[in-house]
This record gives sequence, C-alpha cells and structure tokens, in this order.
Amino acid sequence: MLRQRTQTHRSPNDAGLRRQHERTDESLAVEAVNLVKDFGDTRAVDGVSLSVPTGSIYGLLGPNGAGKTTILRMLIGIIDPSSGTRRILGREHPLDAAQEVGYLPEERGLYPAMHARDAIAFMGALRGVPLAEGRRRADTLLQEHNLGDWARKPIRTLSKGMAQTVQLLGTILHRPRLIVLDEPFAGLDAINQGRLEELIRRETRAGATVIFSTHVIAHAERLCERVAIIAKGRVAFDGRVDEARSQLRPIVRLRTRASDGEWRSAIPAGARREGDEWVFELPDGGPEPLLKALIDGGAGIETLAIERPGLHDAFVAIAGDKAAAEMGQEQVQ
Amino acid sequence: MMRFLRSSFVIARRDFSATVLSKAFIFFLLGPLFPLLLGGVFGGIGARVATQAERPVVAVVSSESDFDRLSKARAQLAQALTDDAVVRLVYYAPEPDPAAQQKHLLASQSPPVRAVLTGGLDRPNLTGAVAGDAGTLGQLRLIVANARAPTEEAPASIMVTNVHNSSGSLAKERALTAQIGEMLLFFLTILLSGMLLSQLIEEKSNKIIEVIAAAVPIDALFVGKLFAMLAASVVGIVVWVSAGALLIQLVKQGGVSTLPPPALGWPAFLFLGVVYFAMNYLLLGAAFLTIGAQASTVREVQTMSMPVTFGQVLIFGFASTAIGNPDSGSALAAAIFPLSSPMVMLARAAEQPDWWPHLLAIAWQALWVALILHFGARLFRKTVLKSGPRTRWWKRKSVA
Repeated sequence: MLRQRTQTHRSPNDAGLRRQHERTDESLAVEAVNLVKDFGDTRAVDGVSLSVPTGSIYGLLGPNGAGKTTILRMLIGIIDPSSGTRRILGREHPLDAAQEVGYLPEERGLYPAMHARDAIAFMGALRGVPLAEGRRRADTLLQEHNLGDWARKPIRTLSKGMAQTVQLLGTILHRPRLIVLDEPFAGLDAINQGRLEELIRRETRAGATVIFSTHVIAHAERLCERVAIIAKGRVAFDGRVDEARSQLRPIVRLRTRASDGEWRSAIPAGARREGDEWVFELPDGGPEPLLKALIDGGAGIETLAIERPGLHDAFVAIAGDKAAAEMGQEQVQ
Repeated sequence: MMRFLRSSFVIARRDFSATVLSKAFIFFLLGPLFPLLLGGVFGGIGARVATQAERPVVAVVSSESDFDRLSKARAQLAQALTDDAVVRLVYYAPEPDPAAQQKHLLASQSPPVRAVLTGGLDRPNLTGAVAGDAGTLGQLRLIVANARAPTEEAPASIMVTNVHNSSGSLAKERALTAQIGEMLLFFLTILLSGMLLSQLIEEKSNKIIEVIAAAVPIDALFVGKLFAMLAASVVGIVVWVSAGALLIQLVKQGGVSTLPPPALGWPAFLFLGVVYFAMNYLLLGAAFLTIGAQASTVREVQTMSMPVTFGQVLIFGFASTAIGNPDSGSALAAAIFPLSSPMVMLARAAEQPDWWPHLLAIAWQALWVALILHFGARLFRKTVLKSGPRTRWWKRKSVA
C-alpha cells in the first residue's frame, strides 16, 4: 500500500502524517458510553457502550434494523445521540477528528457527472487534502486498483462495482487513522469482496483502525479481532471473536461401532442423534474423562471429532434464533 | 473557523463548477436574453408601426404653390414638436369632380387618409373624421396661419445651460430609479433563488449527503451551496446586465447615461445594488435551502415552489410601499423585516443620500442570514440524516 502510518520522517507538507504526532490516546480509537438515540417514539439505539482498540479491525454484527448504522452515524458525528458520550481518536466532538476519519456509508453515492479522479479528490478535499494533491493521489490509487483508464470518465459510465471502488478509494485518500465502513461488502461480487477484505487488512497493517458493520458473519469471522453483536439497538456481546466463540462449549461428534453398552452413561443427557452420529456439548471435565469412559465402556470409537463453535453458533446463542434467522435471510437475499 | 470556511469553499467550488461548466448553464445564460432581445426588436418595430399608424394623414387638394407653403409651415412646426408628432400632409392635384375626389381620398387605404383639406389657403375647408381630434385641427390651423404669413426669420437663439438635476425632475426620477431597482432586485432574486429549493435534492438522491455530513459541518454545506449559487447567479447577472446596457446603448439616444440618477450617485447605487442583491439572495436562499432540504423528491420541491413564490410576491408588495416615502412607518417596518429589507434599502439608496442606514441594514441582514442558515442546518440534521421509518413533520413529536 502506498501509505505507512508508522512514525518515520516525512515531508512536513504531509498534514495527515503530521497529525499522527498529536495523538492523545493510543489505546482506544473509539470509545462510546451508554449511547441512546430516539427517533420520535422509536428507540433505535438503547444504551450502547463500545471500546475499539487502536489498530484493530472491529465488526458490528447484527441483522438489518438492529441499529448498526445509527451507532456508526453517532460515532462519527453525522447525528447526535439523544444521550451518552463518545470519543473519536481522543476528541469529544467527532467532527473535530473528521480529517483523520474515512467513512463509507451503507447507501453509496457519488455525483454522476463527476470524473472518477475528481470524485475521489473531492472526497479528499472534504477531509482537508488540497485538490491538486487529491487528484494526484487519486490517479495513483486508481492505477493500483486497475481503474487507471477510467480516471477521466464520468461516474455514470462506471459499473456499480467500479463506482463502489471509487467511493472506497475516496474514503481512504486522505490516509485516515480511523476507517468506518457501513456494510462495505453489500452489493460486491465474490472477487471484489475478497479485494475489499485485503484492502481492509492492508489498511490495518499500515496502522489504521477499521470499524465495519455487516450482517454477513463470515466476513466478521475472517477479518475481525473484536466484534460487537447488536440486537434490537443493544450490544448483546462485545469482545474478541474467540471470546464470543468461548461462550459456547465445543461440540463433540461421535460415531461408535457398538450401539449400546456401559459407554452410553458417558453421553450427556442433551445429546442428539444426527444420522449415525451422536452430537453433544463437550462435558465439563473435558475430552480426557470422556474418552476414558467411552473406551472403558466398550464403545468402539469409530470417529470422534471435537469442533470449536463458529461465530455463527456464538451469534445464535447470544442474539437468539430469530436474529440469526433474519441474518440468514439477508445473506440469501 | 478556518476549517469551516475551507469546508464551505470545497462545497462551493464543487457546486459552482458543476453549475457553470454544465451545458445547461449556457441555456440559463441565454434564457433571459431572448425576451430582452425580442422585447427590444419587437418593441422598436411596434413603436415605429404605432407611430406611423397613429400619425394622421391629411390629403391636401390645392395648387402646388399653396402646398409648398403649407409644407414649409409644417416643417417649422416639426422643429418644435419633432416630425413624428406633426400631422402628415400629402399633395393631390385638383380633379374635375371635387366631391368624387374627396370621397375617393377618404376611402383610400394607401395612405390611410383621415381628412381632406380643400379650398387652398384662402378658403381652407377640412372634411374628415376629425371629431374629438383637437390636435390635428389645432396643428392645421397653425400650419395654415403660418403658410398664409410666412416668417423668414430663423427661430430665436437662446443660451442654454444644462444642469444635472432640477427640483422638478429629481424626486420623480429618483422614485423611478427606486422602483426599477426594487423590481430588478425582486425579479432577479425570484428567478435565481428558487433554484436553491432543489439544491439538496442532488445530494440526497445521490446519497452523497452522508459522505459530506460525515466530513464537514452541515452549516458549511449550507453556506457552500448558498454562495456557489450566488456566484453562479452573479455570473448570469453580469452577462444579462451587460447585454441590457448594450441594448439600451444601441436603441436609446444617449445610452445608459440618460437613465434617471439615484440620490447616492450611480457608482454607490450599483455597489449597493450588488450588496443588496447578495443579501436578498442569501436571505431568501437560506430560507429556500431550509425548506427545500425537507423535500425528498423533485415533485415535493415543485409543490413547495408555488407558495414560496407567492410569499415572495407578498414581500415585494410590502417592500413597494416604501417607494416615494422612504421615511414612512411602513417603509421603516419593511426595512426592518429581514426578507424585505434589501429591496427597501436599495430603493432608499435611490431616494436618500445618507450612508449610515445602509451599513446598519447590511449588518442586520447578515445577522439574519446567519440565523436562518444555522436554524436550517440544525433542522436538516435533525430530520434528514436518520435511519428508520420517515415521520412527517406534522406527526413528529419533539425529541428530548
């Protein structure tokens, strides 16, 4: 990537890099405490508290209507919370940090008559990059993303995927320290989703903090170090992905040669049959006592697999079957 | 503050470029020139036709010598009244049957004869449709009298000293200037500021509004848009005023210098005209931007346009009460009411020579521009950038 956020000697003209030395809080890029947002009689967000470590990839996971977009909009200052506080890159007022934040909204939008490079440069200019410098960087970014031939073409002539890439490049043109992406994978094909995942990883390697919302668990599972599971405007879980998984016990899948015997006493009461397999949660004692009881009881173990629960299982356990079903429907759509 | 100004500038630069560099802007510039041009051309033709049509033609049936004397007398009268203002005389030689000739001439279409003068200078006899046309009859009497006893003397020589104004002409001319200034301000504003109603539709329909709102204060977005459209409007006005001045220069003898002079003089009046146009535009524009920001579709904007235009006409009517009496109570009220203040104050600049009320008025109007913009930006943020189902303003309850 063309950018590095590490502290090295830079041109004094690079305002984005100069700002790095003004950091006040290195540990948390975003901190929200008890955010509430009411729209008329509807409470869209209800007491959300979040802590996003600097340099991490943080996912907001939840079905549509859970309040993810409203939370993101409050965090970056597009709307004000009805109550609660938030700090962005050490600033009380999010717009004070606007020049260090990049934001890709869920509903993508560009001026159709603008040329691709001008659209990117305009987005950079909004964040403090001089227009000429913005155009120069835009040309470089477009070249890097195989869109160099489209730099001087109007947005209206670009495909949807190209336009989304252009907007994403506009989001990172000013080399932000915090990148906020609202449903960034929506509308992208598998190839572009992969490219976007790589871009997010590259940005974090360069020192940026990335927050993104998604209702696709697989993206969060692949990318995020930390996730917040949002359901009905509340945070149902906030922590590392492995912590979310550890909310559930590992699942044991067992196939035996013997159909009955003393070994059956080692199978927990809640175990279920799936075909010729027993499926149950790993008992408290762990795998060793279980194995011993099965062997001693003459089970004749054919196969035994202990599976770590996925984020989807954790999501079902945390947010509930209904929310999981909604997520499933959205992913199908 | 610097960041706010820079953000406003970025928005304004984008909007100004998108507006002025579009093909549609050429039509925007040409649009008002067509009526101006057509008005000038057809007005000139119409005036000439009307003059020719209305100038009475009198057929003179007489000897050639009598007609020559009548023609000379007419020419002397035309020196005083201009040629167009004096009855036109056309010579016809006497025919054997005077009654038939007279009837034939009165029925003539080319030229359309109003009356026939027979009997020569000794016994002039006029026959025709001259009832109620005292002017034609009076002119003929003078022409015949002068033809009977022609004077060879040239008109008396009078020493003339021109002054810029006289008390008899000043008040009337300044009131005229005030009226023209106020009307120009009103029409330019109504034509140009209405565009602001739909200014945020583009951002809202393109969904780019969220990108902008996340990067710059909404106030900066409003200010940027307002000044971009003001700048585009000024480009248009410069073109139109230049074209108008050129047209006046071409069709009016003496050109623009013959226009009635305002009390503060032309340079100051034109300067204040620009300032008050800007204030009027910003005041109404800020209100329109706020109203238009609530609309989601072009149809909603169009629906809003009619009452907004009607409101402007009412404000113009209110402002018009100040013309001719700038110190009256209603004039003062119209000068204080922010939306009519620029028009009233421009009219005042035409009629009153004091500067200080203008400084006060400009500060007052600027304050209201800032207030309306701030209120509009707050309303926009509160109502537009939110998720979830849309609630109409009449159903909306206040949120703590």
